[in-house]
Amino acid sequence: MEHVNQAVAITPEISFPHEPAPNTKKIWKAFWALLILTIAELALGLSHYAFHVQGWVLMFLKGLMIILSLSKAVYIVSIFMHLGDETRNLRMAILVPLISFAWFIFAFLWDGNAYRNMRNRYDVPAPTQQVAPAVVPEPGSLK
Amino acid sequence: MSTQIPAGYKWWTGGKSPYNVSYGKLMMWIFLMSDTFTFGGLIIAYGSIRLGHNYWPDANYVFDKFPFMGDANLPLAFVSLMTFILIMSSVTMVLAVHEGHKRNKKGVEKWLLWTILGGFLFLGCQAWEWTHLITHTHPVLIDGQIREIGATIRHNHFGPAVPGLMHDGHQVHLPGPVSFGNFFFGITGFHGFHVFTGVILNIIIYIRTLAGSFDRLGHYEMVEKVGLYWHFVDLVWVFVFLCFYLI
Repeated sequence: MEHVNQAVAITPEISFPHEPAPNTKKIWKAFWALLILTIAELALGLSHYAFHVQGWVLMFLKGLMIILSLSKAVYIVSIFMHLGDETRNLRMAILVPLISFAWFIFAFLWDGNAYRNMRNRYDVPAPTQQVAPAVVPEPGSLK
Repeated sequence: MSTQIPAGYKWWTGGKSPYNVSYGKLMMWIFLMSDTFTFGGLIIAYGSIRLGHNYWPDANYVFDKFPFMGDANLPLAFVSLMTFILIMSSVTMVLAVHEGHKRNKKGVEKWLLWTILGGFLFLGCQAWEWTHLITHTHPVLIDGQIREIGATIRHNHFGPAVPGLMHDGHQVHLPGPVSFGNFFFGITGFHGFHVFTGVILNIIIYIRTLAGSFDRLGHYEMVEKVGLYWHFVDLVWVFVFLCFYLI
């Protein structure tokens, strides 16, 4: 058996199993990339705490953190999970259904935002600075 | 590797696997895809509910404690450590897979042990984090009365501050949104359950490696399959980290 240097026994259906990579250079490169990306994310996350940024700057920082997370996901999936070494058919079978997430995210976040707008327009505003004891209405009263 | 396929190769003419992977690996990928949609659904629901609120707790204030550091203000330090532990255990897992490709039994054993250790460390960190959130109480103004509450799925103390109201030297807050606790404990709990399952699977393949099952079988593909699951757990954490701690 020792002369067959392969991960899986060859069957007629499966023609080329993964060959072992010559060294672990690629893995450690991915590790450093992940570490640097995580530290960058952390710096961005802490910066809006330290500088109290608001408005479009905050949106920009959040967008940047999302992009950094997605690039971390690319490293994990393509190198650690070896999807980059698989056939194009398998890659597409896994990745194409995930495109539907674009619509899920858009639709549900839009919905949540619309809900907040309706709540602010039609509901009594939630007390944020109330210090006085709340008046509990008598059961059966109209107030 | 894909470089070995001749151009114009006919994948779909029958007699061969168009995906060119074994049944087990393909099924693991399909399972992970369905799990992606489960986690995606949970996280998108969280985003939707969060956008529906005018006020949401700032993670920098919620997660600012570190074990054995008392009341020191260390925002995101502990979750960064947890993230590092999980990335590190992912690296040791992929090294185990690499040794498996070379059929190096000793190497697989060594890296699997490190991975199992990383998994337990992560679970321990999560246990501490949950315990801290649940048991560390703060004064909260509820119906005109000040009460000391921790963060659970029923209530939490992460609401806006009540200006000028102090209690035992602590700023009094209003109750935070209930759904914060629901989603935080729900999603990190579901992820923690996945980590726990991954550790169990790692222990099983570690024992099978020790017993020489994979040498008799002639390949270490089982390490690869469990590795896929373990990396997926790390992948989910990337997005949990993003959605709960960073944004």
